Amino acid sequence: MAEARNSIAAPVGMAGSNPRADMLTHVVLVLGVLLFALPIWIVLMGSTHDAGTIGRGDVPLLPGAEAAANYSAVWNQGNKQRAGVPVSTMMFNSAIMALLITFGKIAISIISAYAVAFFSFPGRMLFFWAIFITLMLPVEVRIFPTFQVVSDLGLVNTYAGLIVPLIASATATLLFRQFFLTIPDELVEAAKMDGAGPIRFFKDVVLPLSATNIAALFVILFVYGWNQYLWPLLVTTSTDVETIMIGIVKMLGSQGDTEWHLVMATTVLALLPPVAIVILMQRWFVKGLVETEK
Amino acid sequence: MAELKLSGIVKNFGAVRVLHGIDLVVQDGEMIVIVGASGCGKSTLLRIVAGLERSTGGTVLIDDRDVTALEPAARDIAMVFQNYALYPHMRVFDNMAYGLRIRGLSKEDIKRRVQEAADLLGLSELLDRRPRELSGGQRQRVAMGRAIVREPKLFLFDEPLSNLDAKLRVAMRAEIKRLQRRLGVTSLFVTHDQVEAMTLGDRLVVMHEGRAAQIASPMEIFERPADTYVAGFIGSPSMNFLPATITEDAKAATLSDGNIIALPPGQFAARPGQKVTLGIRPEHISLTGPLRLTIDLVEPLGSECVVHGKLASGEIMALRLPGAPPSATVLDIAPRTEHLHVFDAETGKRLPPPA
Repeated sequence: MAEARNSIAAPVGMAGSNPRADMLTHVVLVLGVLLFALPIWIVLMGSTHDAGTIGRGDVPLLPGAEAAANYSAVWNQGNKQRAGVPVSTMMFNSAIMALLITFGKIAISIISAYAVAFFSFPGRMLFFWAIFITLMLPVEVRIFPTFQVVSDLGLVNTYAGLIVPLIASATATLLFRQFFLTIPDELVEAAKMDGAGPIRFFKDVVLPLSATNIAALFVILFVYGWNQYLWPLLVTTSTDVETIMIGIVKMLGSQGDTEWHLVMATTVLALLPPVAIVILMQRWFVKGLVETEK
Repeated sequence: MAELKLSGIVKNFGAVRVLHGIDLVVQDGEMIVIVGASGCGKSTLLRIVAGLERSTGGTVLIDDRDVTALEPAARDIAMVFQNYALYPHMRVFDNMAYGLRIRGLSKEDIKRRVQEAADLLGLSELLDRRPRELSGGQRQRVAMGRAIVREPKLFLFDEPLSNLDAKLRVAMRAEIKRLQRRLGVTSLFVTHDQVEAMTLGDRLVVMHEGRAAQIASPMEIFERPADTYVAGFIGSPSMNFLPATITEDAKAATLSDGNIIALPPGQFAARPGQKVTLGIRPEHISLTGPLRLTIDLVEPLGSECVVHGKLASGEIMALRLPGAPPSATVLDIAPRTEHLHVFDAETGKRLPPPA
């Protein structure tokens, strides 16, 4: 397409009209890709060498021979030196946390948005603004009171303590509300004439129409949940509920005794689930962010 | 099939009263068109009948059952919306079947009813499509199908044709009329388009500022408009109005420029000296007479033409003349006596026939 258009009449100065500009574009792009990809490449290659290589200060750019050994070591035993948990357990914990946060956030916010967008009840705007204002209070700001509450409830070192405080989501509520406001009133009224009550309308009309929005939020929120660090750091002290993010940080000892090849293998493993989710849901994700025609 | 009876329907939005007590009886199988300019309260009235809006006062009876306090679904009515309001994620079949499913009909019944409605509307080929894959006219048909399958007591139409292009609108208008005749369902149709109103309605309700200015058959409204608003609203171009004073013998009226126009005998009870407004439709003007019209615009329409001009007294008039536009720039005209309408200048009401 682009080629054909250029060959007909390329406006002067447009990229592609002259080979030098073309090359410059490519150089910039290649540099950009390198900038983003190189660290990941180094981690990937580092994870396939033995402890000695990185210990000597080398930065290997080609694959080594220890890949299988390293990965099976971290997967099954974790970091022996630090009496660590196997990465498989930590990944499981992280997955539980990320998925429950995601489902919880979506469930709670879609229901509250439904209430705020479709029903008129006393204090509706008050509730809406109350939710809206919590946008200004992310986890980090309210972390000490939250910890106090969680610890008083005896939820330290439990999944519940890890997950529940992160579930409320003003952002998702707002997103859903904005989307719901685009659903025409006539559709609501048509459903009323058809005899659909509020729950039926939610299930049969609102949910299916929100599918792409839910998918987009799922991706964003899963990555958010997976990457949580500060809160799990506070609320978990036992290794049973340790998440992968905490695990990685714990593996870093003082400079001398860090087993970098294992850290890197763990990091690679920690990268996989979010990447998989993004790739699997990409089509829906883009649709949900872009699509306006309903 | 049912009779709809509205009595004393009043609606306030906050401090503003938008409906001032509407009374209306719709006979079984009748098609009533509610027509009026935007903001006259016609849609509000329809939504009160539908149950989508609560009236401030008055009652809605369907077949002598008081439904004023009932939810829309409990009233056994179906509504066709202006923007069709189809469920975008459902196939045409499911769009039509949805209301039936909620009412708990059996699968076979649903299938049979939808199939019948689809055959009636020529939608059989489209049952598996989604609304976005349909044209405007097809969507309109699906919306009607959704109403038909319910086999309701009452059809409500909320300006269903105004989103269609001109040609399709005329076709769908005829289709709706045929369908309503055939199914014999009592119907309420809201529109701002007077042509739609005239062609579709068995009777019209002309609404003006929250009141029913006149309720009558289309021809009755055209021939004997109840007041100057109705007279000006129905008919295109609008009726011409001339201020005048009734003469001493009460058989004629004097225009502002002194010309005397005879009134049709025995039709209006006019008092000598009464201030009146004479109304004459553009097509009811003869081309000989005492009034001198200076033409300032001619609109040829093919089979006829519309001439706009000014009288010597300064009043603006429109004429509808058959055939080609006149070549003259000045016309001598007079209203045809038998088509003259006389309204009271103060109240705007049509003068009653003599007792």
